[in-house]
Amino acid sequence: MSAPTLTMTSDSGPVGGRLPGADIRVTQARVFRSEWLKLITLPSSWYTFFAAAAAMIGIDLLVCWAMNSHWSQMGPMERLTFDPIGHSLRATFMAQLIIGVLGVLFISGEYGTGMIRSTLGAVPRRLPVLWAKLSVFVAATFVVAMVAAFASFFGGQALLGVHGTTLSAPGALRSVFGAALYLCVVSIFSMGIGFAIRNTAGGIATVFGLLLILPGLVQALPHSWEQHIFPYLPSVAGSGIYVVKADPGTLAPWTGFGVFCIWAVAAVIAGSWVLLHRDA
Amino acid sequence: MIQVRELTKKFGPKLAVDTLSFDVQPGRVTGFLGPNGAGKSTTMRMIIGLDKPTSGSAIVNGKRYAEHDAPLCQVGALLEAKAVHTSRSARNHLRALAATHGIGNRRVEEMIELVGLDQVAGKKVGGFSLGMGQRLGIAAALLGDPAVLVLDEPVNGLDPEGVRWVRELLKAKAAEGRTVFVSSHLMSEMAQTAEHIIVIGRGRLLADTPTEDLISSASAKVVAVRAPEASRLAGALAGPDVTVISRSEDSLEVHGLSSAEIGTIALASGVVLHELTPQQASLEEAFMEMTASTVEFHAADIEAPAPAGHIERNPNQ
Ligand SMILES: Nc1ncnc2c1ncn2[C@@H]1O[C@H](COP(=O)(O)OP(=O)(O)OP(=O)(O)O)[C@@H](O)[C@H]1O
Ligand SMILES: [Mg+2]
Repeated sequence: MSAPTLTMTSDSGPVGGRLPGADIRVTQARVFRSEWLKLITLPSSWYTFFAAAAAMIGIDLLVCWAMNSHWSQMGPMERLTFDPIGHSLRATFMAQLIIGVLGVLFISGEYGTGMIRSTLGAVPRRLPVLWAKLSVFVAATFVVAMVAAFASFFGGQALLGVHGTTLSAPGALRSVFGAALYLCVVSIFSMGIGFAIRNTAGGIATVFGLLLILPGLVQALPHSWEQHIFPYLPSVAGSGIYVVKADPGTLAPWTGFGVFCIWAVAAVIAGSWVLLHRDA
Repeated sequence: MIQVRELTKKFGPKLAVDTLSFDVQPGRVTGFLGPNGAGKSTTMRMIIGLDKPTSGSAIVNGKRYAEHDAPLCQVGALLEAKAVHTSRSARNHLRALAATHGIGNRRVEEMIELVGLDQVAGKKVGGFSLGMGQRLGIAAALLGDPAVLVLDEPVNGLDPEGVRWVRELLKAKAAEGRTVFVSSHLMSEMAQTAEHIIVIGRGRLLADTPTEDLISSASAKVVAVRAPEASRLAGALAGPDVTVISRSEDSLEVHGLSSAEIGTIALASGVVLHELTPQQASLEEAFMEMTASTVEFHAADIEAPAPAGHIERNPNQ
């Protein structure tokens, strides 16, 4: 037996990477495709998106049906300020919790199972994974939320009967679109937090804390402070977009929505910093 | 080719890898050994960029892993822990990884078949046994037909047939001119697979040497001698660094002299020899000796077993 040659690669040329098919390398578009496959191949994505849509439509319709059947017991003041659009989008608040949980899980599930090591092993530059996850999940949320918002609106108005309104009413179209847009920003916000916290329980607690609990805490502050903070909290600022008759002291719909977007961008910046700097 | 230079990793105050430098050459299997917590997995994670080095560098085929355009075609890695989402099927897991590089589904099916997972490829990975998970990890590592393989304890959890299969696979990949870097705790396992061995302890390099040399240096100077006049020979062999143990009336075990030296002394003193055999210390012993001072996690010594008949039995049996 002859001695093994240890320098064989220098004469035989590089080995490996000789797969059939043109141009095998990582591109952003391919990472999108990979993340899309990951999203649709998890059964829980389907259940949860379905649950979010069903909860939103179901509760909205129930609210509208109840309102309609209680109309005769309402006082004159209540009838005067009746908000048919708001009632048909009431469950957006509920849907945001489900979307928020799913957004965190889409990231933290990879850390919890160790999948992230495979993901970042294939895409070691890391940031393309963040863009792909955000885009894919926001796209899915947009479609589901849009369908649910329009179904809630039309179904709700039908159940309200003569007390209902139409899409051409002032603020109606903006509110329905706004509900879907709001849920999209919730998904970005929760994924940013998912990337920053990486752990399911901690991520969900943070999302719920910032969206639900923080407004209550701030309302307990002295009014002189509260009035300067409260309108800028993420869920308070953002929800103006799907409300026609806004509470006094809140920001204008698109201004508030802009503030909510800034919160979401901040969460994504925090998430990308952690993704790039911490060991996987 | 992997080039590790002054690689250091601290986890808080804990120095897991300590100014480690070595090369892993293509065309042969290189074993990576060390006791628990020596820093093998951490070193491998730094090679594929999952952990950031505190200082130093790991270069694969001329670049840092993350700088390659098609990382899966440069390095195929199998990590210690499972790196798969438990609710996804094996096939979809591989397809999602392949998609990042534009690798087609045909290659995915080939890999599934190669590792023998065809029957369960559609099932959720969460239900996989340790060995099935390991096979899936190997399929993922081979997906990009990589020039370098980095495998952290690949035979962990495999049945004997699986162990042999991995051993053959590694040798075949090395024979194709690829770089194969495999970690293990078992020197004896590596001795059968690896031509070159790198040993670390507490994050530091202890040995970087051909397996053959390790084996011959491991054969400590112990020689078994059989001679009718054993006691006379023992007297002739006595010296400051020499220990002679009498095994029976006509046999000795000599420490501290080579067989050549013993033969010469025997001739000079006119003693007839019936046997003169250098004893091979086991590789495992050599490994333990080499790493003894660096072992962090010593198990308590097991107490001497109870005499036969007194072994407690589970009353439910
Ligand atoms: N993420 C971490 N945080 C803190 N310490 C860590 C981390 N990862 C590893 N360590 C420590 O670094 C040292 C090296 O660990 P590593 O897993 O690399 O060892 P190993 O050689 O692979 O061990 P084994 O043979 O048990 O697999 C250990 O002391 C371990 O406790
Ligand atoms: Mg290890």
